[in-house]
Amino acid sequence: MTDDLAALHHAAEHDIAAAADLRALEAVRVALLGKTGRLTALLKTLGSLPAEARREQGARVNAVKETLIAALEARRAALEAAALAARLAAERIDVTLPARPSEIGLIHPISRTMDEIAAIFGAMGFTVAEGPDIETDWHNFGALNIPPHHPARADHDTFYLPPGGEGDGPPRVLRTHTSPVQMRTMLAETPPIRIIAMGRTYRADHDATHSPMFHQCEGLVIDRAITLGHLKGCLIDFLRAFFGLPDLPVRFRASYFPFTEPSMEVDIGWNRRSGELGRGGDWLEILGSGMVHAKVLANGGIDPRAWQGFAFGMGIERITMLKHGINDLRPFFESDLRWLRHYGFSPLAPAMLHEGV
Amino acid sequence: MKFTLSWLRDHLETEASLAHITETLSAIGLEVESVEDRAQALAPFRIARVIEAVPHPDADRLRACRVEIGAGAPVSVVCGAPNARAGMKTVFAPPGSVIPGSGVTLKIGKIRGVESAGMLLSLRELGLGEDHAGIIELPEAAPVGETYAGWAGLDDPVIEIAVTPNRGDALAVRGIARDLAAAGLGRLKPWSAPAVAARFASPLAWRIDWPEACPYVLGRSFRGLTNRPSPDWLAARLRAIGLRPINALVDITNFFTFDLGRPLHVFDSKKIIGSEMVIRRGAGETLRALNNRDYRLEHEDCVIADAAGPRSLAGIMGGVESGCDDATTEMFLECAFFDPVRIGQSGRRLQILSDARSRFERGIDPALLPDAVEAASRMILDLCGGEASEVVGAGAAPPWQRRAALRFARLRDLGGVAIAPETAIARLAALGFPLVERDAAGAVFAVPSWRNDIAAAGALDLAPSIPADRAASLADSVAAIVPEADLVEEVLRLGGLDAVPPVSLPRPTPVPGASLTAAGMRSALARRALAARGLAECVSFAFMARNDAARFGETPAELRLLNPIAADLDQLRPTPLAVLAHALARNLARGAEDVALFEIGPGFAPGSTPSGAREIAAGLRAGAPPRHWATPARAFDAFDAKADALAVLAALGVAPDSLATVAEAPAHYHPGRAGTLRLGPRNVLAAFGELHPEVTAALDLAGAVAAFEIFLDAIPAAKRRRRAAPDLAALQPVRRDFAFLAAHDVTAEAVLRAARGAERGLITGVSLFDVYAGPPLPAGEKSLAIEVVLQPRERALTDAEIEAISGRIVAAVTAATGARLRG
Repeated sequence: MTDDLAALHHAAEHDIAAAADLRALEAVRVALLGKTGRLTALLKTLGSLPAEARREQGARVNAVKETLIAALEARRAALEAAALAARLAAERIDVTLPARPSEIGLIHPISRTMDEIAAIFGAMGFTVAEGPDIETDWHNFGALNIPPHHPARADHDTFYLPPGGEGDGPPRVLRTHTSPVQMRTMLAETPPIRIIAMGRTYRADHDATHSPMFHQCEGLVIDRAITLGHLKGCLIDFLRAFFGLPDLPVRFRASYFPFTEPSMEVDIGWNRRSGELGRGGDWLEILGSGMVHAKVLANGGIDPRAWQGFAFGMGIERITMLKHGINDLRPFFESDLRWLRHYGFSPLAPAMLHEGV
Repeated sequence: MKFTLSWLRDHLETEASLAHITETLSAIGLEVESVEDRAQALAPFRIARVIEAVPHPDADRLRACRVEIGAGAPVSVVCGAPNARAGMKTVFAPPGSVIPGSGVTLKIGKIRGVESAGMLLSLRELGLGEDHAGIIELPEAAPVGETYAGWAGLDDPVIEIAVTPNRGDALAVRGIARDLAAAGLGRLKPWSAPAVAARFASPLAWRIDWPEACPYVLGRSFRGLTNRPSPDWLAARLRAIGLRPINALVDITNFFTFDLGRPLHVFDSKKIIGSEMVIRRGAGETLRALNNRDYRLEHEDCVIADAAGPRSLAGIMGGVESGCDDATTEMFLECAFFDPVRIGQSGRRLQILSDARSRFERGIDPALLPDAVEAASRMILDLCGGEASEVVGAGAAPPWQRRAALRFARLRDLGGVAIAPETAIARLAALGFPLVERDAAGAVFAVPSWRNDIAAAGALDLAPSIPADRAASLADSVAAIVPEADLVEEVLRLGGLDAVPPVSLPRPTPVPGASLTAAGMRSALARRALAARGLAECVSFAFMARNDAARFGETPAELRLLNPIAADLDQLRPTPLAVLAHALARNLARGAEDVALFEIGPGFAPGSTPSGAREIAAGLRAGAPPRHWATPARAFDAFDAKADALAVLAALGVAPDSLATVAEAPAHYHPGRAGTLRLGPRNVLAAFGELHPEVTAALDLAGAVAAFEIFLDAIPAAKRRRRAAPDLAALQPVRRDFAFLAAHDVTAEAVLRAARGAERGLITGVSLFDVYAGPPLPAGEKSLAIEVVLQPRERALTDAEIEAISGRIVAAVTAATGARLRG
């Protein structure tokens, strides 16, 4: 009996060690400890022994059983680890293969600039107003103190469209500037007014520095006590924020526009040779502005004795080119993917003041 | 407007430097466009004499010259010019100087063994012309050793300014000088025109038949003239500002055009028929103008005619046949006041830009005519001899006398800077505004005759919606405010606008609200949604070739430009897609493989909206999606476009379940592979699909193009309301798959809709995951496999309940579509 146990123990340890995989190990376990296993059979025989011998033999058999269970577990762990290692080795991939493509698109530089303008002027309390591209002659010219024979009309290189609707009115125009939105705003709202208007504008001019379609940003502020000082402050604040140059030199020169008085043109400091903004001793004209002409206020139904304010207009392409060092105007409208990828902006980083425009 | 510094100094006594003058001009509204100061570039070059020119011992084409340069010993110069010869006077460039024509800095060197200590220059090397056939030859009288620029009168800086449309008076050197003096740069020199004695009665007289076009004209006859080239000082001045000297009489008129802003005209009296010069309307005659082009003179053109017909296009350009030439001995001088509007109209219609037109259309000084005649007469007699007649005239100077009032406080309240009343009065006085009266609060000034832009009459152009009584009070306000604003502008600009302290705008609220409109917000969201899906944003022209536009929609005449800049840019686009399709073709032609573009902008269609344009987010994808080792290659199709459209609509708050997909699309889409997304039966929010094969063929595009258009204006504004609490059921949802066998024309949407509606409370999701047609299915039928998600609420569903619901789903689908469950 004792010898049987010893032999069984020895043989079982050998079998466990020899089990090459988990299935073989399970077979060994069943052969030992299953219902008909050899150790189970040995345990069953204990019942037939006298009490004294049963206790003694029982302790020995159980000791062997514990040992073998531990050996089975150890072997199982080892085999599992080996199996896992083998599986992992087999599952190895070339992690340098390219990931599945998910291309992100781009925001056009003009849209980006308009977002930035809206963010900065928005912080100054402006809202964004809109108007149509096809305008009446009155909105585009007459209301803005540009009567039919005014020499300034010749400078606008206007595109004309046939009269709309019944066809008996004056020709319509593609707006030559965003200023008609001033009139629409004056007629739709009561002062105080603080708006910007951005969008497409059109002039019959096409060369390296002129496009027949371009974009402008208009500004209009009407209140009781707005002065030229506010106009200067507002534009300086904007330009410095937009270009991210707190010390950007800004110069104001007297000028003339039919719809403002006094009128002024605004220059910023730059280096003509390098294109660097903010220093260099040269000046670059960047926008036109002035105090809204009394006739324009009156044409829009606002009493110029009670209200006054300022207006400005600037080219969106121009400030975009300056900010990002883009030299050529024409590719803006050519939809060349290579250009768009080079100068476009991520849609995941919209223009937000707290992230910096 | 061009002038030289010395010309300016004829009128302005000043110590100011050129830089100070140009800075001031720009600051006060006379923007400097260019300053050409040739003196600096030409300073090193001196007049020299070639003493000896012998053939170079080692080079056939070169000459070894000895050159006398004034100071010091003669120098040796090797020269390749064929005209270099002993005794000639020319221009010498010393070592170290920079040659303007080439930018090269000269060095002493040896050319094939002969020392060359400088260079003799051609006109092109001097940067003064194109002549490079030989070195410049100067007259014998040219003084050796003097600077060439000084001797040739090239050291007078030329300033060009841009004159704004309101400042006719600044198209005169004297007007510019007046502004500079008022800005504190010196003193305006007095000017007067003593009368020239009348020696005979003028054989020619004026008659005005069209006083609206010409209210006032003066003239004077001259005889015994000797017309000849102008003296050097006058010719040099005209040349400096880009005018070609012609002869003294013509040059004198040009001189006064620029000096006083006072265009004049001279007729050769012997070429005039009859004794009357008539100012009248054109009557369809043809005039050959001084630019040698023929113009047809219409009813709206003002002409000056003699008995033979029009001799001059009034105020714009004279006629060639009555012009003065070297043989002219008798002449008639014209000095008129023409209506600015009519001159501008005629000039624009006939497309003649002339120095006279640009002055008359801005308005000339109506009080200057008599003095201008005397000043011109004096110069004519001085330069051409002869004698003058009496002055003849017709009409009278139009009334120009006006006043303008200024409340001093307005300088601060409008202009933003406090300026002492005395300063304001002094600045205005210097501009020629006499003080009429003043008190503590304000002053009244007379407006000088040459400032027709100040306190000018001018009608309002009120919005038609403004009622009459309101209109009257607005007109009162304008009459009170405009002249004052004119004066504020004058006072301010003379002190420089940099003197106005900038003030940041006060904030209306501590934290500003949203600045975009609902429409602006929609566009911004759509833009980010599309860019995030991999499309690149384009901004393209709103007009295009009419034939190309016609492939994408209506091209009505009312959306066709009357004056397109090019024939292929004549029609407003019906949709941005039309322009994008061309951009796509260009990108593919350049070798791009995978193109995905979008644009958000107007598509023009009459009556579509009050503005005649719809805001459309359009996009397209073509080529092949990037090839990838783990993904099977495929082409873009309608479902890429549908996904793009749905993504935008979802971003704009349109619930996908509320949309119906209808298999109808605009004609530029493939009729069988396109659809629209609708909200309710009418409201089309988007169209998507493959472009029509004829459209892609016309654009030379191989393969399918997946395109979409989202009509942003049609999307209802997202309502901002409190959301209901979310449905967070505690029990696990149950998923069941069904495969239906349906006729080929049964739509997926019909099946999904029917299944979804079968048990509204329990079914929270229905989706289609497989479509199959082909063997072993019967021809004309297809299998649609859908998954239905059931969400139990109170307790888990029993198998029997699930079976019952499944039965209802099948029944509903069958009832709606005729599809049956696949066995």
